Amino acid sequence: MLEFDDIQHILLTRTPALTGRYEFLSFRSASGGRAWLNGVLKTIQSAADVLASVDEDKRWVTVAFTWNGLKALGVDETSLATFPEEFKQGMPARADILGDTGANHPDNWVGGLASPDLHAIAILFARDEGERERCNTEHQRFLADCEGVEVLSSLDLLAIPPFDTAHDHFGYRDRLSQPVIEGTHDVPTPGSGPPLKPGEFILGYPDESGRSIDLPQPEILSRNGSYMAYRRLQEHVGKFRDFLRQHGDTPEEQELVAAKLMGRWRSGAPLVLAPDKEDPALGADMQRNNNFNYKEMDPHGYAVPLGSHMRRMNPRDTAANINRRRMIRRGATYGLPLPKDAPDDGADRGIAAFIICASLIRQFEFAQNVWTNDRNFHELGNERDPIIGAHDGTLEFKIPKRPIRKTITGLPAFTTVRGGAYFFLPGIKALRYLATLDVH
Amino acid sequence: MSFALILKMKGAAMSEMQQGAWTKPAAMAIPKGGFFKDKVEQGRYGPIFPKTPACYGFSIIAKLIPGGEEACYKHAKTIEEAVAKDPNCLAVLKLHYLRWQIFQINGESYFQYQGIFDTDFDKYTEDAVALFSATGIDTVFENLEGFPKDWKTRPEGFIKFVRDHHCPSFLEYGEYPYVSADEIKKALKLKAAFSNMLDQMQ
Repeated sequence: MLEFDDIQHILLTRTPALTGRYEFLSFRSASGGRAWLNGVLKTIQSAADVLASVDEDKRWVTVAFTWNGLKALGVDETSLATFPEEFKQGMPARADILGDTGANHPDNWVGGLASPDLHAIAILFARDEGERERCNTEHQRFLADCEGVEVLSSLDLLAIPPFDTAHDHFGYRDRLSQPVIEGTHDVPTPGSGPPLKPGEFILGYPDESGRSIDLPQPEILSRNGSYMAYRRLQEHVGKFRDFLRQHGDTPEEQELVAAKLMGRWRSGAPLVLAPDKEDPALGADMQRNNNFNYKEMDPHGYAVPLGSHMRRMNPRDTAANINRRRMIRRGATYGLPLPKDAPDDGADRGIAAFIICASLIRQFEFAQNVWTNDRNFHELGNERDPIIGAHDGTLEFKIPKRPIRKTITGLPAFTTVRGGAYFFLPGIKALRYLATLDVH
Repeated sequence: MSFALILKMKGAAMSEMQQGAWTKPAAMAIPKGGFFKDKVEQGRYGPIFPKTPACYGFSIIAKLIPGGEEACYKHAKTIEEAVAKDPNCLAVLKLHYLRWQIFQINGESYFQYQGIFDTDFDKYTEDAVALFSATGIDTVFENLEGFPKDWKTRPEGFIKFVRDHHCPSFLEYGEYPYVSADEIKKALKLKAAFSNMLDQMQ
């Protein structure tokens, strides 16, 4: 039922890429944009392509467009009007709703991401740096010949060693809790819940409500497509490590503070199953590391504080209709890692991620507005997500403890939003349609 | 140990309850249109009506379609049974109170919905739309003139109807301002189960 050969691979597959590059483009002319798209089309793989050849391939390409980008390519006004309101407005216009205030405000974003001239992103994931450089050289050469296409900015991505697991600059293991789509060959790990209806993530299929979202027009453009919220978060590693040292006298105490902020130890072991001590074996065990809930196993937050990042991003059995609020995450880290005991060198490092879902307003924006940045989340009062929330130094973090909880005040901002955008991720047929718009 | 002393022991937590805003009843006059001009907060589906000493609320007035009045009385029973069967079925809406009335203007039947909530209208819209079918509330709304037929698949259509039919207050009063239903229930539980006090306060 799932049209694997028409869905861009990033939605349904993960690739063994250790590096990559995001290229942010602007189309000065519709014909120029279409010519560029025509040129890169052969490099864009569907999920079926990647499933068949992932072991041999060395590079994987994804292309997506902002609403302004679809317009710039020449999509007609009537069709443009059928796209969702939040996508049309673009992420910078939704800043208040998303909590992108203060230092996170779009006025401070880099790379032209807040500009209405941001039209497209070309995502390259590569097996190694050699391949990334080869592809980039080839692409830059091609771009130089593309009249009417301008590079607004780019970002090189880098996995952080050790490479056996994915983790961020703060040292947390990532990708342990992922939704599985019905109709794929993936099997949910224990505790992850059953596979979800494809319509939650791909346009043109029934979703968890039993219905399909109205497809933007024309159908050939929207079917098998999706939306991606791009978020570039700078990670202030020095500040984070200082904070741990400030709130923990021993390395064990510091690890516990780190775990309480996230909801998992840095190995990935969940606090619900390992409330007192790190347990790397548990962290590495995919059959156990996601098998827990909150309402039954930790209702008051003695293991996982109510306001911790993980508990906010997926409230599990403490939220209604959770199956309508899941998202697919893709992305990578950027910037060189900060060596273990080195003081912060001020370099720009962080994560540059995509949150993929069929409805930005219902899935991504809900999570940002109601879970990440809402002070009323679980009635906590003066808290926001400690890792990705908008912080100005006046908020706190409460850690339930017997007899009396511990409250950390004046939480610093460990991350800063440096850029973001709403992209539409077309299916393969849709990409061909866009590349030949002048012919229709 | 007095309740006030226990609260002091808790430290610097900042909910409105601890700040003492609830100790003094308060009234709030609201400008025409329902918003304080320079303080409009944006929700996902549009501007949010301000929080008052009576928390968040909205009042919808709409004309009933022919036969609608009987449908309302019938489905009041359905909703009563749904809540009796599952007392927490409306929990996601974060309600304090609901009051639904039917009245006549020039011989025609009108419906008024009043709700007092702890959350702005916008926040849990999709959850609200989902639970209407489960509780039978949908069949009351479907008897209102102008209610969108595709409300189940387009929450934005449902929200437009509500915003178009909402009558903002020009004055609100709260006996225990800003306190959420959850806080009230917590305080009552504390009172009833003194020995579990410290757990409940975590």
